[in-house]
Amino acid sequence: MQNPFADKIKDFPILAGQTDGKPFVYFDNAATTQKPRQVIEALTDYYETSNANPHRGVYALSEKATEIYESARAKTASFINAAKPEEIIFTRNSSEALNLISYSYGLENLQAGDEIVVTILEHHSNLLPWQMAARKTGAVLKYIYLNPDGSLNMDQASEIITSRTKIVAATQASNALGTLVDVRELAELAHKNGAAAVIDGSQSVPHMKVNVQDLGCDFMAFSGHKMFSSMGFGALYGKLALLERMPPFLSGGDMIEYVEEQSATFAPVPEKFEAGTQNVEGAAALSAAIDYINSLGIENIDRYERELCLYALEKMRGLDFVELYGPENRAPIISFNIKGVHPHDAATILDSYGICVRSGHHCAQPLMKYLGVNFTNRASFAFYNTPDEVDYFIDSLKSVRKWLGYGS
Amino acid sequence: MALNGGLDAIYTELIMENSRNPANRRELPQSRGLCTERGHNPSCGDDITLQIDIESGRIKDMAFSGFGCAISQASTNIMIDLLRGKTVGEAKTLCETFINMIKRESVDEDALIELEDACAFKNISNMPARVKCATLAWHTLSKALNEKYGL
Repeated sequence: MQNPFADKIKDFPILAGQTDGKPFVYFDNAATTQKPRQVIEALTDYYETSNANPHRGVYALSEKATEIYESARAKTASFINAAKPEEIIFTRNSSEALNLISYSYGLENLQAGDEIVVTILEHHSNLLPWQMAARKTGAVLKYIYLNPDGSLNMDQASEIITSRTKIVAATQASNALGTLVDVRELAELAHKNGAAAVIDGSQSVPHMKVNVQDLGCDFMAFSGHKMFSSMGFGALYGKLALLERMPPFLSGGDMIEYVEEQSATFAPVPEKFEAGTQNVEGAAALSAAIDYINSLGIENIDRYERELCLYALEKMRGLDFVELYGPENRAPIISFNIKGVHPHDAATILDSYGICVRSGHHCAQPLMKYLGVNFTNRASFAFYNTPDEVDYFIDSLKSVRKWLGYGS
Repeated sequence: MALNGGLDAIYTELIMENSRNPANRRELPQSRGLCTERGHNPSCGDDITLQIDIESGRIKDMAFSGFGCAISQASTNIMIDLLRGKTVGEAKTLCETFINMIKRESVDEDALIELEDACAFKNISNMPARVKCATLAWHTLSKALNEKYGL
């Protein structure tokens, strides 16, 4: 097995920049990815050539900043096949996008006794906003649980989504287990019952072709920094008809039509949801990141990452001291434990071998409780990871046990 | 191997011994009014509960339950060995010394000697992400003594 993108690794200064002779293996891509030179240059280029406050000035430089910002919107819309650029609202990240939906859609549309259906896989960012909405409206939060293999129990989903359901909020790919969820079917179930489908695309949009019109979801959230772009910039997709009916989430500059002493009317979508000076450098970076992904082909990335993940899974299954979690059909994420070793100790020891993995509850405490584990280690891949890195990781796992005094 | 420079300083034999078979992980008899205090690191999930048996201002015995990484478990075990028999005032001072040592705040050599085996954790200060693991038990005990004795 070979990495078809081997010649692209040099695009990532941080991967090439570890020159102290120590190996450097970055397996925490579900937390954030590294950034290619093309994205870093887009950030500096924006400040060197195009910086001004967008949407406000009538001078050429401001128009240039506006053009960068708005073309990023169009590019993002086309990347996930939204019908119109206005259906993309820029946010700080998925968390802000999901909060926006819970405040501006949830609080407006939920009443006491209504039901919100989530899955037990959710990251806290697609869970706490719904706990908040339930608390404030008297709605009831219900969970879809898992099959024994870690896949989502779709039979239970079809029972639990009923005419009482007003919102179905689900991840397309679990950040903790990698589990891929059939969100098209969930959206269908939601719509059949008159509910809206809110999808967390944080772990899917960076790794597979996502087509929001084909999935039929009403909203989708994702973060730029998990797809090679800068931190603090993400997006919310929403169907235009729904966004138009929703009140603003944050208010202030740039999102208004007329402001009187006691009242205001608001700008149309998407400006209505983008109060204050926006993160234009983030938009420039996301544009560059999408161009970069498109130059590799998201389907090619998906194919290779799946292959690499299966390669790692197979090798890990050969280690009798490793416990694995999650189903076969998954995003490139492997949650595991080393028997007798706390994940924090494992991560510290792996770090001393130059390997970055995550340890902890992965912001999914209810899932961890449901699985009966307190925490796990997590290795998550991007296209720049290689089979050689996986082999080195496997050897290092054996060393972890030795450090803690076990025979193998 | 240079690759692992510093690792053996953290995972010393002393720490490993104390984390794999912590003698103080047990239940104290519930006969008298025990003071219990739970300590938790939400970011990593380490979660311990201390049982403290105090008689006439002195820690007669102490034990812990819960779970966590090798560093938090060993630190808790070593703390209990160190503080058993000490007055609550001495215990509070030793907690402060330990926490200051880990936070790299100035601690004089004589005070460090008082920490005995707990000095093994000194190098944790080189690993900011693990500082909370080492100090969990000490913060938990400090809180209990503060609540009970205003120390």
